[in-house]
Amino acid sequence: MANSSSTDVKVLGAWPSPFVIRVRIALNIKSVKYEFLEETLGSKSQLLLQSNPVYKKIPVLIHGGKPISESLIIVQYIDEVWSSGPSFLPSDPYDRAIERFWAAYVDDKIFPSMKLINTAQGEEKAAIVEQVTEGLVLLEEAFQKSSKGKAFFGGDRIGFLDIAFGSMLGWLRAIEKMGGVKLLDEAKTPGLVQWAESFCADGAVKGIIPDTEKLVEFAKILVKMKGAPLGKN
Amino acid sequence: MGKSDIKLIGSWASAFTTRVRIAFNIKNVEYEHLEEVLGKKSDLLLQSNPVHKKFPVLLHDGKPLPESLIIVQYIDEVWSSGPSILPADPLDRALERFWAAYVDEKFFPSLKLVRVTQGEQLAAAVEAVGKSFEVMDGAFHQCSKGNAFFGGERVGYLDIAFGCTLAWLRALEKIVGVKLFDEVKHPALAKWMDSFCSDPAVEGLIPETDRFIEFLKLLPGAPPRH
Repeated sequence: MANSSSTDVKVLGAWPSPFVIRVRIALNIKSVKYEFLEETLGSKSQLLLQSNPVYKKIPVLIHGGKPISESLIIVQYIDEVWSSGPSFLPSDPYDRAIERFWAAYVDDKIFPSMKLINTAQGEEKAAIVEQVTEGLVLLEEAFQKSSKGKAFFGGDRIGFLDIAFGSMLGWLRAIEKMGGVKLLDEAKTPGLVQWAESFCADGAVKGIIPDTEKLVEFAKILVKMKGAPLGKN
Repeated sequence: MGKSDIKLIGSWASAFTTRVRIAFNIKNVEYEHLEEVLGKKSDLLLQSNPVHKKFPVLLHDGKPLPESLIIVQYIDEVWSSGPSILPADPLDRALERFWAAYVDEKFFPSLKLVRVTQGEQLAAAVEAVGKSFEVMDGAFHQCSKGNAFFGGERVGYLDIAFGCTLAWLRALEKIVGVKLFDEVKHPALAKWMDSFCSDPAVEGLIPETDRFIEFLKLLPGAPPRH
């Protein structure tokens, strides 16, 4: 099913977006070549507005001219289309459902709270950090159950939940640095600390997650522009 | 496998619970329905969904699974010999998932907002619902490809996701005395609503409007209505 022409697969995105990172990692795992069309910060291209008229947000995958939006939906699409490559979701339906559950948890609870750390102060900041840390402890438990002693949520190889959560690591580290806080730590989330290293070192991931410093600089630009970091997609 | 191997914690009034029940009907699977009491969460619910403490939660051979759309996909995958709930083609699946997410993130919240607003805010909420229906109308034409349902010839994933909000739609139109859905503007969707509600897998599960209105009165946040 995979077409060898790289123009058949386009990704509309931007380098800092963790949601875009998910799509790029997914395509890398399947060894799919694609054209990366970088959106300019502060303006939305015609192609983006046409391809995702509902939300007008990145990432959008355009495959054979057909657009697909929403990062986790795109990742599942990639898994299903390029089915001969390594699969992202486990074969057992219950395990699949649990990975979907935790991926949604990352998007609905963890990442939105993480972003708030940037602009919060004092007691409010401490409360949010605690909330995020509690959430990460839940993910640590999920990791222990899911990985069964292996390196990733998906076992030996990176899977759906690894992609969903791992794509956040660049921002997690940037937020730790900017906020002077520790979110993943050896004491509370030892498994995830190890997992984060394995994830970032993986061949499909290397070079896709931006350096912490670059993200910190980018965050400063965003704050100047509109006072808040990346939107959700 | 006996009936007691499959338990569903939920409520007759919950659109999310109804999604799961329709999915079970499509697959012809028997289950035990454990009705939650409004205002008091059962111990079983709290144990089964400690993260969100919400229903529906499916307990299959004791293994808990929350989140209605995740449960529906799970049912589709486990009982794979029954009629499919999600389409086979990856692009069609992605589209149905996209629109189902739209229902949960945009459409349904905009609909629920009508219940708790009045005056200018209500007018804005009504307008937002109208716009949302325009979007869903486009989605219907995209997905149905001329057939009766979003899923094609049979009730599918997106039909279930969207259709379960109908009790709210009908109840709210009566409560606020404003038309939220224009069947003249959207005849295809109007037809779909009838087809959905009368489908054998759905019949009897969408709460009857007057009963649901009484239920909504028990929820907090609504301004006084004449």
